[in-house]
Amino acid sequence: MNFTLKIWRQENAKAKGRFEIYKITDISSDCSFLEMLDILNEQLVDKIEKPICFDHDCREGICGMCSLYINGRPHGNDDDITTCQLHMRKFKDGQTITIEPWRSKAFPVIKDLVVDRSAFDKIIQAGGYISATTGGVPDGNAIPIRKTDADTAMDAAACIGCGACVASCKNASAMLFVAAKVSHLAHLPQGKIEAHERVQAMVKRMDELGFGNCTNTGACEAECPKGIKIDHIAKLNREFIAARLGAQLPKEGGSVAI
Amino acid sequence: MANLDSKIPQGTLEQKWTTYKTSQSLINPANKRRIDVIVVGTGLAGASAAASLGALGFNVKIFCISDSPRRAHSIAAQGGINAAKNYPNDGDSVDRLFYDTIKGGDYRARESNVHRLAEVSNSIIDQSVAQGVPFARDYSGYLDNRSFGGAQVSRTFYARGQTGQQLLIGAYGALSREIERKTVELFARQEMLDLVLVDGVARGIITRDVTTGEIHRHAAHAVVLATGGYGNVFFLSTNAMNSNVSAIWKAYKKGAYFANPCYVQIHPTCIPVHGDYQSKLTLMSESLRNDGRIWVPKSLEDVKEIRAGRMKPINIPEEGRDYYLERRYPAFGNLVPRDVASRAAKERCDAGYGVGSTGLAVYLDFSDAIKRLGKEKVEERYGNLFQMYEKIEDENPYETPMKIYPAVHYTMGGLWVDYELQTTIKGLFAIGEANFSDHGANRLGASALMQGLADGYFVLPYTIQNCLADQIQVPHFSTNISEFDEVENHVKARIEKLLSINGKQSVDTIHKKLGKIMWDYVGMARTKNGTAQAIEMIKQLREEFWNDVRVVGKADEMNNELEKALRLADYLELGELMARDANLRDESCGGHFREEYQTDGEAKRDDEHFMHVAAWEFTGENAEPKRNVEPLNYETVKVAQRNYK
Repeated sequence: MNFTLKIWRQENAKAKGRFEIYKITDISSDCSFLEMLDILNEQLVDKIEKPICFDHDCREGICGMCSLYINGRPHGNDDDITTCQLHMRKFKDGQTITIEPWRSKAFPVIKDLVVDRSAFDKIIQAGGYISATTGGVPDGNAIPIRKTDADTAMDAAACIGCGACVASCKNASAMLFVAAKVSHLAHLPQGKIEAHERVQAMVKRMDELGFGNCTNTGACEAECPKGIKIDHIAKLNREFIAARLGAQLPKEGGSVAI
Repeated sequence: MANLDSKIPQGTLEQKWTTYKTSQSLINPANKRRIDVIVVGTGLAGASAAASLGALGFNVKIFCISDSPRRAHSIAAQGGINAAKNYPNDGDSVDRLFYDTIKGGDYRARESNVHRLAEVSNSIIDQSVAQGVPFARDYSGYLDNRSFGGAQVSRTFYARGQTGQQLLIGAYGALSREIERKTVELFARQEMLDLVLVDGVARGIITRDVTTGEIHRHAAHAVVLATGGYGNVFFLSTNAMNSNVSAIWKAYKKGAYFANPCYVQIHPTCIPVHGDYQSKLTLMSESLRNDGRIWVPKSLEDVKEIRAGRMKPINIPEEGRDYYLERRYPAFGNLVPRDVASRAAKERCDAGYGVGSTGLAVYLDFSDAIKRLGKEKVEERYGNLFQMYEKIEDENPYETPMKIYPAVHYTMGGLWVDYELQTTIKGLFAIGEANFSDHGANRLGASALMQGLADGYFVLPYTIQNCLADQIQVPHFSTNISEFDEVENHVKARIEKLLSINGKQSVDTIHKKLGKIMWDYVGMARTKNGTAQAIEMIKQLREEFWNDVRVVGKADEMNNELEKALRLADYLELGELMARDANLRDESCGGHFREEYQTDGEAKRDDEHFMHVAAWEFTGENAEPKRNVEPLNYETVKVAQRNYK
C-alpha cells in the first residue's frame, strides 16, 4: 500500500510548528500504524533527516503512551483501540493521512507529536487513590463486595490515561478521565471513606490545570479506547453534589444520600 | 574467587524472615528524614517501594523514562498474581507455593528468598484490595481465583486480563499520594545513564532529560534499581519498546555482579511474527491455557493444506488433531510451565507440524470452552485478550483458533542480590525483574507481579533500614564533587562519540542483527558451539556498531535515535555475557536448554556441577569477565527431576 502522510513537525515546545508531507510506499496491510511510522523514520535516518518523535511504549494497547490524532480522530479510524493497535488495513491504498499531536492547552507539545500529559498525574495526586499505607490492612476477603459493584469499578478502572477523551473534546475537558477514577473508587467500600474529599480535590485540581468544562457532547465516550462510558460522569456529578451538600451539613448529620 | 555472602539468616526456613525482622536494625522516624533514597523505575517494584519508603519517612526521589509512572511495563501483565490464600480450599499453603516456585524454577533459586516470597504473598493481596484493586469476584462478593501453569491449585488472583494494570494503578495511587505529601519527588522523562559511587558506595545517578537532552546529577544515601528486565536484547520480545538493560548494566560495570544472565523466559503463547518490519511481539496471557487447548494437525497433509490456505482449522476433525501437551503431560496438560510448553511447540514446528503461513505457529483453541461455558463466560474471562488478538490478526478467536508461538518475555537473570536485596555494591539495591533472586531458571506464571510487589511493599522497606542504619550521621550528599564530575564527563563523551560516528547503518538495523544472533544461538535451544560462535559474532557486531552506526540529531534535544543507540551499546555487551553464561552452563535447566543435555526432550540438569548461581564480575573493558559462584543449598526441598507427566 502507498500513502501520503501529512505530519505535524515542531522542533520544541517554543518553536512554531508546521505540517510536512511525506510519501511512503510498499506498506503491508498487516503493518501496524506505528510500524509504518518506524519505516518512515528509518527512511528519514537513511537521508540524514531527523526522525519524527512520537510517544509509544507497550505497543499492545495498555500503557496509554501512544497518542496520535489521525485524520481528525484520536487513535484513528477504528473503535476501541489505541494508536498502536491501529493497522494499515483500516486505510485505503493511496490515501492521505493527517497525523497531529493531541491538541489541548493542558497538554502542551514537547516535540513533533509528543505532548506533556503530566497534568493527568497531578489530578491523580490530588486524591485519585485510597489512602492505604503499606501494611496494617484487613484480609482481602474481610469485606465482601457485590460482584456488580466490583465489575463496574473495573469498567472504570480500565482507563489507561492516554488523554484521547481530552483530545476528542471540543472543550478539552478531562471529565471522563476524572470520572473514571472517581467512579472506580466510589463503587468500592474501601473507597467510600474518602469519597467526598477525593471528588472535590480532583475536580478542583482539574479546573486549576486548564482543562475545559464538560458540555455532555459524548465525544470522549465515542473515542475512548477502553470503552469507558459517560455514565461515570453522571456518577462523578452525583458524588460531587453529595460531597458539597455533605460539606454543608453538621458533622452528626453525616452525608446526604443521593 | 570472590566470596559471595548471601546473608541468609539462621534458623529453619519458616523462621528465617521472622528472625530477620525481629533482630534487624531499624531507623527511628526522625532519622529517616535524614536519609535520601533514589528509586529508578516506576513499575510494580519501584512504585511500591517508593510509596512504602516515602510513607515510612525517607526522602525519596523516583525516576521514570516515560511521561508518567503509570506507563511502566508492569502495566502490560495480563493474567494474574499468585498468593497462598487457599480461598478455594483446594490444598494451597505457603509451603506449597514455595515448593511450586522452587520446582518451577528447576531448583535454581535460593530457598530462603523464595520462602519469604511465599510468606508475604498474602499480604500483597490484602494491600491491593485495600487500595481498591478491582479483582474478579464471584457472586458471593468474595475473591475469585484461577489456575496458572506449574500449579495444581487455583491461587491466581486476577482483574480480567488486566491484572498488571490494576496492580500498577494501585501502586501508582500509593506513589501519587506520597508525591502529594512531598515525601517522594517524581522525575518523569528522565533516563538513568550511569551510577555514581563515592568511596565504593552507591551515592547517586546521572540522568538525561529526554525532552531536552540536559544531563542531571542526583545524590542520595542509597540507590534502588527497579528497572525491569533485558528481554529487548533480542530486538523482538513482549517487552515494551523503552524497556532496557542500561541501568543494571551500568551497575554491573561499576562492580555489581550480574547473575545468571542466560536465564531467559520464552513465553509459549504469543502472537507469531509476521513481517520483518515487526517492532515487537504481543503476549497472549497464560491464563488462556486454563480454557484453551493447544494443538497442531496430526497429519502433514493437513498441515500442507492449512498453510496453503485451502483448509481451515475448524475443518480438521477431533481425531485429526494432536493435543500434544495433553498427550505428553497428562497430569498438567495445557498448564505445564512455560519453558516446557515453549519447547513442546518448537518441537512440533521443527518436526514440520507448525501452522500459519510461516509454519511457526500452533493453535490455541477455545471451541471446547465456548461449548462448555458459553461465549459470554469466555468473553468475561478473556474478552480484552480476544479483542487484542483480533485487532492484530484480523481473525475472530471465538470462531477460529488463535495462532500462537513462543517469544522472549521475561529475564530471570539480573543483578545478584543478597537476602537483603543489596547488590555487591554497598548502598545499591535491585528489586523486581532487575534482580535475579526468586525464579531460578524459569518463572511460573503470575509470579512476576507477586515478586515485584513483595520486594517493593514488604521486603525492601525492612531490609534497607538494616543496611542504612549506620548512615544516619552521614550528611546529605552534594553533587558538586569530583566523583560526579567524572561520571558526567564520561556520559557526555559517550553521547558525543555516538553522534560523531556518522556511519551507514541505523540503530535498529544493528539491533535486528543482534536480535537474530541472540534468537538463533542464545534462544530456545542452545549448544556449546553455537554459544561460542555467538560470542565472536557479537564482538564483531559491536565493532561494526562503534564504526558504522548512524545516529542523527543532536544531544541537546529530544532524540529517540540517540536513546536507542545508548541502549543498544549496552545490549551489545550484555548479549556477549549471556552467550558466555549459556556456554559455560553445561546442563539444561528451566529456560536454559542446551541441546546436548536432554532426556526424551526434557531438560536434564547436572546438579553435581551446576547447582549454583553464576554471578559475573566485570573486570574491565575488553577483558574476560569473571564467573563467581554462589552454591545453592537445599535444606528443605528434596531436589528431584521436574516431572509434569
